[in-house]
Amino acid sequence: MNAEINAETTETTGGEYTLETVNLECVRGDRLLFSNLNIQIPLGQILQIEGRNGCGKTSLLRLLSGVMLPAEGHILWKGQDISKDRSVFNSDAAYLGHHNGIKGELSALENLHFAQALATPKNDSDLYKILARLSLAGFEDIPCRHLSAGQNRRVALARLLATDATIWILDEPFTALDVKGIAELEQIFEEHVAQKGIIILTTHHPLKMDDQYYRSLNLAQFSDESIKVAA
Amino acid sequence: MNNPSSLSSAFYQVLKRDMTLAFRHRGELANPLLFFIIVVTLFPLGVGPAPSVLETIAPGIIWVAALLSAMLSLDSMFRSDFEDGSLEQITLSHHPLSVLVLAKILAHWLITGLPLLFIAPLLGVLLYLPNEAMKTLVITLALGTPILSLVGAIGMGLTVGLKRGGVLLSLLVLPLFIPVLIFGALAVNEAAAGLPVDGYLYVLGALLLLTLTLSPFATAASIRISIS
Repeated sequence: MNAEINAETTETTGGEYTLETVNLECVRGDRLLFSNLNIQIPLGQILQIEGRNGCGKTSLLRLLSGVMLPAEGHILWKGQDISKDRSVFNSDAAYLGHHNGIKGELSALENLHFAQALATPKNDSDLYKILARLSLAGFEDIPCRHLSAGQNRRVALARLLATDATIWILDEPFTALDVKGIAELEQIFEEHVAQKGIIILTTHHPLKMDDQYYRSLNLAQFSDESIKVAA
Repeated sequence: MNNPSSLSSAFYQVLKRDMTLAFRHRGELANPLLFFIIVVTLFPLGVGPAPSVLETIAPGIIWVAALLSAMLSLDSMFRSDFEDGSLEQITLSHHPLSVLVLAKILAHWLITGLPLLFIAPLLGVLLYLPNEAMKTLVITLALGTPILSLVGAIGMGLTVGLKRGGVLLSLLVLPLFIPVLIFGALAVNEAAAGLPVDGYLYVLGALLLLTLTLSPFATAASIRISIS
């Protein structure tokens, strides 16, 4: 079974890595959120997950990041099931959920240092430059609990730039950001996909992205199908 | 190509971060120690100041107080990390979660367990514990309090996702503390009576090695269950 999938992966992508899901199914409580979800995300693509509230967008991102385990199906990265060898996948992926994962007692700089210790630090990462890029210049040494919600979000996003991950999995990354922050983040996204990165995100904000990189997926259609199947 | 951070540096960074966080909450830092002291000083007030009574129950009192103080402080190990999403980030590191968790447990022991070793002899004096037993008291606490942190971490990992896990945590963890209590208090009692205590210390040492090797894996697994 696994061998077949591996062969298929290399065939369809011509040796390029993809992140793909095979018959993915998600159950929360007693509710089937979606099933038979098969998506392939090649390098250099940004995938926006759409759908009404409660259709399982956050759950899908948590499955893709490996925080949650799927009820059925597999998630493959470089042809390997991500739950088989977590360390390979985790070193290639970064996840930003509803919670920032930022310690209020630590400064922005200390938070980034810690994030780098957990992951692969970028070679040329000057943390001051990264924070300045996210309009946090001058706030490097202030405990994050004294910063605003938007600034805390920026610190969490700075983690993406400070570490070296191919796959960015972002749940509502634009939350609490101002107009300028949104534009800056879109610019950062474009650079990441241009460098053969993968971005999977949920947002209710219409993205201004080049069509050749951008794809959207409406999750609701998988849940409708699954309801019929379940019935 | 970029080099991933090494495991030893990740271990050190987690340890350093947890210690830094503890010292920035200076108000809460001394709580487990003060709790330990207050519980012990309540007993002479309750059972009367007769040296003969206090002398016999001193080892038990100090050990039960150490147990309760460890219970009280367990919440700080994972709770705040769970609530602000840091725990999620830690589990998504490419480093083995069990090693990172061990660093957190070590930090917890350094902050809540280690200070008890220094204050316990003074409380022993307060309870008329014979001088011969002081050394054994400190050694048993040195071997026993890390076990409390290690075993408590498993229970804390399992209950961190619950809003009110406090009572459940006690029900899960306190029965597992019983062997430590028995051998710890018994060793101090025997030492007070002038008997050899090597056997008890070896048992405590064995328990420490057992929990040290198994608890990080169990804790890592329980955290993964809690956050999913």
